[in-house]
Amino acid sequence: MRIAARGLTAGRGGVPVLSGMDFAVAPGRALILRGPNGAGKTTLLRTIAGLQPPMAGTVEPDRDAVAYGGHADGMKGQLTVAENLSFWAGLHRTGGIGAALDAFALAPLEDRLAQHLSAGQRRRLGLARMMVTGRPVWCLDEPTVSLDAANTARFAAMVRRHLEGGGTAVLATHIDLGLDAETLDVARHRAVFGDAARAAGAPA
Amino acid sequence: MIRLVTRDLALAVRAGGGFGLGLAFFLVVTVLVPFGVGPEAAILGPIAPGILWIGALLACLLSLDRVFALDREDGALDLLATAPLPMEGIALAKAAAHWLSTGLPLSLAAAPLGVLLSLPWPGHLWLALSLLMGTPALSLIGTFGAALTVGLRRGGPLLSLLVLPLYVPTLVFGADVARRGAAGLDPATPLALLGAVTLGCLAGLPFAAAAALRVSIR
Amino acid sequence: MSLWSYANPVRFMGATRPLVPILGAVAGVCLVLGLAWGFFFTPDDYRQGSTVKIIYLHVPAALMAINAWFMMLVASLVWLVRRHHVSALAARAAAPVGLTMTLIALVTGAVWGQPMWGTWWAWDPRLTAFLILFLFYLGYIALWEAVEEPDAAADLTSVLCLVGSVFAVLSRYAVNFWNQGLHQGASLSLDAETNVADVFYYPLLVCIAGFVALFGALVLLRTRTEIRARRLHVLRLRERMADA
Repeated sequence: MRIAARGLTAGRGGVPVLSGMDFAVAPGRALILRGPNGAGKTTLLRTIAGLQPPMAGTVEPDRDAVAYGGHADGMKGQLTVAENLSFWAGLHRTGGIGAALDAFALAPLEDRLAQHLSAGQRRRLGLARMMVTGRPVWCLDEPTVSLDAANTARFAAMVRRHLEGGGTAVLATHIDLGLDAETLDVARHRAVFGDAARAAGAPA
Repeated sequence: MIRLVTRDLALAVRAGGGFGLGLAFFLVVTVLVPFGVGPEAAILGPIAPGILWIGALLACLLSLDRVFALDREDGALDLLATAPLPMEGIALAKAAAHWLSTGLPLSLAAAPLGVLLSLPWPGHLWLALSLLMGTPALSLIGTFGAALTVGLRRGGPLLSLLVLPLYVPTLVFGADVARRGAAGLDPATPLALLGAVTLGCLAGLPFAAAAALRVSIR
Repeated sequence: MSLWSYANPVRFMGATRPLVPILGAVAGVCLVLGLAWGFFFTPDDYRQGSTVKIIYLHVPAALMAINAWFMMLVASLVWLVRRHHVSALAARAAAPVGLTMTLIALVTGAVWGQPMWGTWWAWDPRLTAFLILFLFYLGYIALWEAVEEPDAAADLTSVLCLVGSVFAVLSRYAVNFWNQGLHQGASLSLDAETNVADVFYYPLLVCIAGFVALFGALVLLRTRTEIRARRLHVLRLRERMADA
């Protein structure tokens, strides 16, 4: 599915962070967001995912097509790996969790409680959740944090399979995953004061 | 939606979920009352319905700040918001899970605790019935309050301040059912009104809670 | 030019600048006149003696306590539907005024109740309803204070105001049901048969007019302050963004 933003202004806490963004991502391709900390990568991802409304402009597709993966993975420590994945698979009404477990070699950990996983294992579980959503558009925020080289490769393979199936992805990452992707430097779209004044309801 | 309810129940029941806390709190409050007002059945009997209702109400309040806060901390609330479940459904499922893990056990425990407070006999049944009918409203109102305060750092005390005044109608009608039942009067009128409050909450509050949630997560 | 054009902060500020001193003056004149008339130039009630004169504070305050909440409800609805910032700020500005009016009504009620009913406080339905209203105001103000982001605070408090209004009405009837009460019937109504005698009635009307003007002046003044505070917020934002 195609992702398109037109005249998009995205902000956090009522303050515009990015403005005047126009981009499009064709099916089968990915968009890599780059920029220093605090530049607005997370804000943009949350806006595309429909977690916050755009302050101006439009963004496609509809939120029902997007799966979001943030810094926090939303996995419950008191549930096992399989239970966590099954919950999300059930909520999204997709089939089994086998493919997701295989993608990150989680099958041996299936019955382990999520609170007993290491940081990297937990991250793998959080990323495996993307597969059970069955959504065509993925928004991922720093997905490779605490992954080792082997698992970063597994992740890249997962995203590549997703793209080959006609999906699209927006990733905020500094690692080269070898994807067929365009790069967007969000620092160049930093909002200026006029946007902020209009958003706060005061005449500039 | 059912899946969200069952997941929340599983989380509540497993270690660290705090399932029994509300119940234990209810027991402790009930046990403390005679120390405060004296052990005579003539004093305890008439105030028992009201005390037990207030105890149950406070026990309900105890677990409210966890309704959305835990899911927000670990990011699950964001993921739920993007899941194919409307926000209203999330609010309703959360209220249902809260009721099943607190309101329902409290309602069942109230009748035996009535014995401790010398509640006159038919009152036990009416007390249990009024709690069964009234606690869903408490959970729904509480879920709304939790949705208002989920984004705040010190939401707990504020949550109580917002939610307790909203509990007045439920408490008035609920305690009156139990009181009339214990005194051998006809509790039909307050029972009907209590049912009306609960159904009204069920019809309206998931929408208000969803509106608050949408604001809180952005 | 429609009423909505005053939703523009600049136009609102311009239009209300002369209004605040005018309303303030009207409030001062009406209150001095009405209270002096009521306190010194009306006869004592044959049953209640001179205690009846507290009516000149009690009734207008109680009236404004409810009307302030009603105004907040309307302003909240306007904010939710039309997203005018002035509206949200006016609702925020009205809340502490309404809280104070409620407090005045409760305290004067207690002072009045002591000689009449022989007690400072009775769980009379009307008094209880006002106490509950007081709690609603507290919760509303606390929520405004707790939420940092201005638009989110406006949204959340508006939803609370709507839900709170429904529950306030519900509580009023629940409390009626729960205790029948000592309070006398309404002092004023459009049905002239039940009104208080004319000698008390006219000074009371003047006092009510004074309270309405006072409420208007205070709310406008506070709304103007809120708008200035919001402008200051924007200026700080500019500074921060220029630094970044």
